[in-house]
Amino acid sequence: MLRDEDRIFKNLYNDLGADLNSSKKRGDWTNTKDLCEKGRDWIIDEIKKSELRGRGGAGFPTGLKWSFAPKEVGSRPHYLVINADESEPGTCKDRDILRFEPHKLLEGCLIAAYAVNSHKCYIYLRGEYYNEGVELQKAIDEAYKDNLIGKNASGTGWDLDIYIHYGAGAYICGEETALLESIEGNKGQPRLKPPFPALVGLYGCPTIVNNVETVSVVPTILRKGSKWFASLGKPKNTGTKIFCISGNVNKPCNVEEEMGVPLKDLIETHAGGVVGGWENLQAVIPGGSSMPLLNKEISEKITMDFDSLVENKSGLGTAGIVVINKDQDIIKCFARIARFYKHESCGQCTPCREGSGWMWRILERMAKGEASREEVEMLFDVTKQIEGHTICAFGEGSAWPVQGLLRNFKKEIIKRNNFDPLIKSNKDIPYLVDQHLLEKDNAQNKS
Amino acid sequence: MSLKKISKDQPEKFEFDQQSLEAAKKILSNYPKGKEKSAVMALLYIAQRQNNNWIPLSAIKYIAKFLNMPYIKVYEVATFYSMYNLSPVGNFHVQICTTTPCMIRGAYKIVDVCKKKISEKENVLSENGNCSWTEVECLGACINAPMMQINNDYYEDLDIKQSEKIIDEVLMGKKPKPGSYRGRINSEPENNRKTLLDLKNA
Repeated sequence: MLRDEDRIFKNLYNDLGADLNSSKKRGDWTNTKDLCEKGRDWIIDEIKKSELRGRGGAGFPTGLKWSFAPKEVGSRPHYLVINADESEPGTCKDRDILRFEPHKLLEGCLIAAYAVNSHKCYIYLRGEYYNEGVELQKAIDEAYKDNLIGKNASGTGWDLDIYIHYGAGAYICGEETALLESIEGNKGQPRLKPPFPALVGLYGCPTIVNNVETVSVVPTILRKGSKWFASLGKPKNTGTKIFCISGNVNKPCNVEEEMGVPLKDLIETHAGGVVGGWENLQAVIPGGSSMPLLNKEISEKITMDFDSLVENKSGLGTAGIVVINKDQDIIKCFARIARFYKHESCGQCTPCREGSGWMWRILERMAKGEASREEVEMLFDVTKQIEGHTICAFGEGSAWPVQGLLRNFKKEIIKRNNFDPLIKSNKDIPYLVDQHLLEKDNAQNKS
Repeated sequence: MSLKKISKDQPEKFEFDQQSLEAAKKILSNYPKGKEKSAVMALLYIAQRQNNNWIPLSAIKYIAKFLNMPYIKVYEVATFYSMYNLSPVGNFHVQICTTTPCMIRGAYKIVDVCKKKISEKENVLSENGNCSWTEVECLGACINAPMMQINNDYYEDLDIKQSEKIIDEVLMGKKPKPGSYRGRINSEPENNRKTLLDLKNA
């Protein structure tokens, strides 16, 4: 288990208070000026050496991202945007950072803004987190009052203004270009990349978009050194990470652990074990609902880091672990996830807008045992037609969980839906009729 | 993309009152000159707050004029995002998260409570008109599942009995105490903490 002194978020459970004075006691804002005076190149270099990877889901190296911002400010100002639109099912880590460690985030904002030459920072907060927003605004006001941000922030000679921009309940706005569209006052529909936001982002200006957790760990990394951070975890998967363990566990919780911690340890030690014991485990979603599920055999020995999960055809994503035990109907669980994606698709690309509805409807029928044998293959085909054919990664996010289900639970699905399509058994029904729309009585095998 | 029901009973006129106007001006100053359009989401919230939790079409027109935007652009935003209510929802808008992590911990039992106590159907006002309920997607409190949101507050770690009590209070027009309903502190593992113990005891 990670030692307590190596934990970055010491106030994860709010034992110490989130206000400025308590945060300062924990070491926030102590030598921000000295850190900034070492220069932009040093900051970016340290973050590169620490091998910090973005905590928002994609795992892109943060130092590298920052280095994409133009070195000199040209005719267009630079922007820093913090992605606090946390809405991946199974994930609730940013909420606790916003509530209990807001000053870590704000200090991170200052350092990041300094490193990428930005004077303005927008924090895009999901609209549902109204109370968290109030807490964050309180922290921002405190920081302004103490001259930690604002004009000549923390005595660095750098001006920084931080604003909160509330979202309004659209999952897609967690995608960075949709988020920028949303800040600009449009519907949240993703943009084509390239150009990447680092060059053409908010209002057409160079913009760096980072997740809350990524930015919040930056001050601690610089203070304790990149070597310390890189010594935790595994090579290329360094540092610590907040894991959210939810679902059928006895003690669902958030916990900060080393990257590469065994999944079984997280569930058994921190979350009090699976409801009904480890033997009762059916599947685990390791990184928020977009990531394919892991079956029990893999869950037994997998370690939680980006690369090992990719090797097992899944991904770390946001590290929102959803444990599903054998009391649950696995097909129903994934039909509900498919409904989530159908609801949240922004409607821009046809494969995703239509395909997400197809997947949901087929899975709903499969859960009831009303689909035909052939539809199992058809469902897989639909996922393949969505994946890779959309502007943003939402397509993959909606298709992967269904693919994971088909990979691991095909037998169960076929067992429940083991009959021929109507057209084969009942010749009276015209081929072009949507078979699932027929009355149930007609759907009986009459021949 | 969510379906939106636009209310048939629309007030003819909408204007920001003094308080809303001040809030709107403050928001506008957050964005660079010439980019006032960015404030549209915040202004819709302000209108919603002023108008008892829902946005009439006249408010959309008003905001379009206020920001010098085409009406359709504001309409587009108001219908795209799910948190803008385009028909009345009552003083207490109950939202129950039913996405998988909540579902497997029994969110649909809470839906049943709402069906029984508030109204048979989603988005329909209760008999006394001060409350309505709706199913929503992940609210980002998965470790405190099952949970619901009433206006701005989260009610976490619920069971049938507790949610019945909450809904009863809401129907009587009182605001129940937000937070965990199992006496649990934030997101810590209940009685099973293995980390940061020195700080807890300090």
